[in-house]
Order: sequence, then structure tokens, then C-alpha cells
Amino acid sequence: MSQLKPVRRVTGRPIPLRGNDIDTDRIIPARFMKAVTFDGLGQYVFQDVRFDAEGRSLGHAIDDPRYQAKGPRIAIVNKNFGCGSSREHAPQALLRWGITALVGESFADIFFGNCVALGIPCVTASEADVASLMSAVEADPAHDLSVDVEALTATFRGKIYPVDVPTGARQQLLEGTWDATRVLLEAAAAVRATAARLPYVRSFRR
Amino acid sequence: MGRTLLDKVWEAHTVRELPSGQTQLFIGLHLVHEVTSPQAFQMMREQGLTVAYPERTVATADHIIPTDTDVRPFRDEQAEGMMAAIERNCREFGIRLFDRSSGHQGIVHVIGPELGLTQPGMTIACGDSHTSTHGAFGAVSFGIGTSQVRDVLATQCLAIQKPKVRRVSVDGALRPGVYAKDVILHIIRTLGVKGGVGYAYEYGGEVFRRMTMEERMTVCNMTIEGGARCGYVNPDEATFAYLRGRECVPSGSAFDDAVVWWKSMAADADALYDDTVRLDAGAIPPVVTWGINPGQAIGVDERIPPPDAFAADERETAVDAYAYMDLKPGTPIIGTRIDVAFIGSCTNGRLSDLREAAKIAKRGKVKPHVKALVVPGSQAVAKAAEAEGLHEIFRSAGFEWRLPGCSMCLAMNPDKLSGRQICASSSNRNFKGRQGSPSGRTLLMSPAMVAAAAIEGVVVDVRALLAGTH
Repeated sequence: MSQLKPVRRVTGRPIPLRGNDIDTDRIIPARFMKAVTFDGLGQYVFQDVRFDAEGRSLGHAIDDPRYQAKGPRIAIVNKNFGCGSSREHAPQALLRWGITALVGESFADIFFGNCVALGIPCVTASEADVASLMSAVEADPAHDLSVDVEALTATFRGKIYPVDVPTGARQQLLEGTWDATRVLLEAAAAVRATAARLPYVRSFRR
Repeated sequence: MGRTLLDKVWEAHTVRELPSGQTQLFIGLHLVHEVTSPQAFQMMREQGLTVAYPERTVATADHIIPTDTDVRPFRDEQAEGMMAAIERNCREFGIRLFDRSSGHQGIVHVIGPELGLTQPGMTIACGDSHTSTHGAFGAVSFGIGTSQVRDVLATQCLAIQKPKVRRVSVDGALRPGVYAKDVILHIIRTLGVKGGVGYAYEYGGEVFRRMTMEERMTVCNMTIEGGARCGYVNPDEATFAYLRGRECVPSGSAFDDAVVWWKSMAADADALYDDTVRLDAGAIPPVVTWGINPGQAIGVDERIPPPDAFAADERETAVDAYAYMDLKPGTPIIGTRIDVAFIGSCTNGRLSDLREAAKIAKRGKVKPHVKALVVPGSQAVAKAAEAEGLHEIFRSAGFEWRLPGCSMCLAMNPDKLSGRQICASSSNRNFKGRQGSPSGRTLLMSPAMVAAAAIEGVVVDVRALLAGTH
């Protein structure tokens, strides 16, 4: 079982990924899911909006020379990021490309939960703050962005933006209990008791 | 104050409240398929975990499976590898696998209900966002990611936040030529693709009371496209009648006891909702998507809306969609030439869908420039459709009749669009590249509308065909 790894603060070079309703098919097209591991997904992140049919770059932020710094990155996104398919391959691809946190206006439910399960904080900020942060980053990307899950702030070049995370996810990240298996296993006796109360578990036999 | 079905199911399945404020929720039925499970089984091995309740997990193969052959090994080595992995994982962990040799193989959201695995009052999870389908039976059902698949395998539980409930009520009568698919596309275009984030949708009102179980499944299936992770209909006599006699449903006096419990899980008359929306059934037309998300949809007789028809936060996506789809604002969607017609998927691959499509297919021949596929949702659907001769109707009209699977809904098998082809599709997503070509285009519509588009070669109003005036 994995060790407890609290996620209190994440720092890395920012990358704006503009657009509302960016779905997980766009983050990682289905054909790259034909594998029994998540390894190697990082290179295909956003594949079909990065290259045309002849393999020429379409100038996506992922390939922008200004966002190629080594080390962890933090994505800045707009509304409903990660909608559509439940594929964990989407946060896995982002993570393997280097994205260890996201700041956005809002996130789709399943994507958000998948990120928590990987210890990736998805924090929300107001539309105005996301716009301001994106512009500041695009103007001068060669600085770190810091996301503080404890203080609920995002800091870029000295400017502090208030951010939010739902209480439950925030506590899981801060306590290092985001990998839920361990926590869920603790209650094995209570699980058996719950199952025993459910009439369908005993096929409605009295 | 009365409680909703979600309140009751949640309470019955709560193991404990977690320190995080989430619920440790017992999962009554876990469905597994070959694409989102191999990494979960691998994590189980690496972490030395065993499956807590192997009898409560059921597996099938649907996403990568070819629809033109049963022959193993599959020509696609990666697909064969995934198939071999689910076979090995199910064998090693003691899980039932419904493969093609079982006679019960099919899309996971088609076989759960038809086997009677899906029942009212249950919690259901699957590594697939369209798990919301099972809500048609009054189950609380969620799509989950692969790490959560591991959680359910290891503990039969999820750590999850209880959603709010929005009651979406549709009253009045649907007009002829308007199907369940149009109802859900209309709901999504009205409430938006992110309108449901944080909510479960409870569907109610006259329209849902009158719907068959298969129609309810179509609506619940696409709940996730409106941003809500879970959608359901309170169980009623139609639910119980559908379930009676199914393979995994109790019989005799146990069935009567089951009905008593199922009824007790339905919403109280004075249940309290976090939000309520009312829609008029009579105002729903046949709906077609024109863009790159399921909310970008119009009545078949409407024109593609201009940028200023959208809210500020939807305008940019609309502009992106005009370019991707090469469809200009102000143009009608009727008459749009199609290259491919796809009838199938967990949204619309059931017997009643095929019957409605066959009624239209009888009236003509697929246009020579159109490739048309009918992919039944399961082996059982295929068998029932063949017993009625539907396959012959489709074949003689020029449709290909295939073996069951997800097929061209997400194109993880050899069924794909090529280049910038336009597909009239009975599936659930029109995202960029969804149907297997990075530049391929999808127009979502009801199966009857897809069949009509196949025989006309262009998008048409199925009502005109039904009225014989086309």
C-alpha cells in the first residue's frame, strides 16, 4: 500500500490551457487507451489538437517553446475542464507530461475526483482571477506559480490570488489520504455490517 | 420532510462518514470492462490486495471488441492484449466475465439491465461515465476512474461526496417523431453541458412515467453530458415488470419482497429538492447536434445559431465549433450531407431503438455514398432483433449488421471515421475526434433520425418521412 503523502503546496512553471468545456477525449484521444498501463501517455496529451493530419504543429500551448521548462508544471484552465469520459487516462497523461496541479474556473466532477485520487490538486479561482493569471503568465511565463492547498492561495510573481478546494478533497490532500484505498480498508467490519443490512445482498431471502 | 431516492439509497449504503466529510459508500454492483480496468488490477497485484466481494463485480468486453468478427486472436494486437488481460484478470481475481462465448456479451450498460443485475435502490459503479444509464431503474450509479475501480475491487466502497439533487420534470405529451434521445438532448441544450456539475438529476413528470425502461435508459445514459454524474427515475410498475423473470432477479416470494423494498426507496411525495426545473414535452422537436459538445444542439428545423445567441462563456466554444464542423451560423442543419450513419451504443443500441430505426429503414435504401452500420448493444439484443427479422430489414436497405460492442461511439475498435467524414450517429458524444478520426465530425440524433439520414444521404426531419410527405 502506498505511503501517506500530504500535498500542501505545489510549485511549478505555469502553462495556460485556454478554453471552456475541454473534454477528456481531447486531453487524451481514445486510441491511446489501447494499453494495459498508463506509461507513455504523457507524450500524447492533447495529441489531436497539437498536430494536423500531416503531423505539423498547430501551435498548441503544450508545444509552445515558452512552456518547455523542465520540472513540475501547473496548468491554468477555464470552465468545466475535463468533462465527458471518466477516463483516468486524462489526468494520468497530464501528470506524465508534468502537470502536478491545476488552477481553473471549474472542473468536471469525475475528472476532479480522478485528480484527487492521484494527489493532483484542482483549485478553483474566479473568472476574473483566472483571466488575470493567464494574462500575467502569457506575458512572462518564466516564473514559478505556487498553489497552496492549506492557505488557499495561488501566487505568481508576488501577486496572491484566492483559490478554493471543496473541504473533503482539501482534507484528503492535506492529510495525504487522497489515495482512498487505505482509508476505505480500515472500515472492513463496518462494510460487512452495511452489506448485511442490504436486502439485495442476500437476494431478498428473509 | 420527505426524502428523495438519492437520500434513501445514500443512507442505506453509508458505511461511515469519513473525516474528509465524504461518505464511505458501499457499492452494490461493480461493472468492469477491458479499457479502464487493467491498471486497477495491476495496482491490486502491486499493493497485495484481494477483491473484497468478487461476486458483486461483473465484467464484459465492449470497447475494443471488433464487430465484424469473433475470430481470436484479434487482428489488432493491442486489442488482443487488452482482451487477454481482462480474461486473465477475471480468472485470477475470481470475477464473472461475459465474453462472446457466454451469449451475454455486450455493452456494459446494456447487459447490466438485461441480465437483471441492475436493480432499484442499488449503488452501482463502473469505470465508464455512462454508468448513469442504470439510474433508469432507480439505482444511484456513477462513472469512476481507474484508481476508484481499484478502490471498489479492494473494498467494495467509494469515498465520495453526496451530490445535490435537481428534479427535472417534463410534462405534457411528446409529439410524433420525438424520442427519448430528443428529450435528453433538449434537456442538455436547455440546462447546458456544465449545468449539472455537483448534481444528480432526478427525472420525473408525465413523460418519464410513460416511458419504457429502454427509453428511460437513453435519457439517464446522457446525464453525464449535462455535467451531472448521476441521473435517475424513481422505480415504478414499469421497472418491476421489466425486471420480473430476468436471470439475476429473485423469483417467487423473494421477488414480491424485492418489490416492497424497491417501492420503499422511491422518493416521498413531499421530498425536498435542491433545485427543480420544469420543461414542456410539447415544445421538444427532434434534436440534432451541430457542434463539438452535446449542448450545441438545435431542433432539426432550426438554423445554426450565431455567436451572439450564446452566453459569454459558450461563445468561444461555438466559434471553435463552426470552424471544426465547417458549418456556418445561419445555415439550416437539414440538408447537411452525411458520409456515415451509425446506429448503436449504450445510448441507443437496444431492441426498441433498432425497431424504430428499422421502421424507417424499410422505406428506402441507404444512399450509395453513405456507409451505414447497425451495431446491436448486446448479444441478447442481436438475438432478439434477428428473431424479429430486423437484421434482414437493415441488410436489404443497405446497412451492415454487426456484432455487439461500443464500436463507432468511441472508435477503439476498427470501426472509425476517416478524414473529415460526417457521421449521423445515435451515440452520445460529438467531441472533436470522438469517432476515431482526429478531424471527423459527429451529428448526434435519435436512431430513427440516423436511419432517415442514411436513406436520404443528408440530415432530414424524420417527422416528414413518418408523415409520408418527404
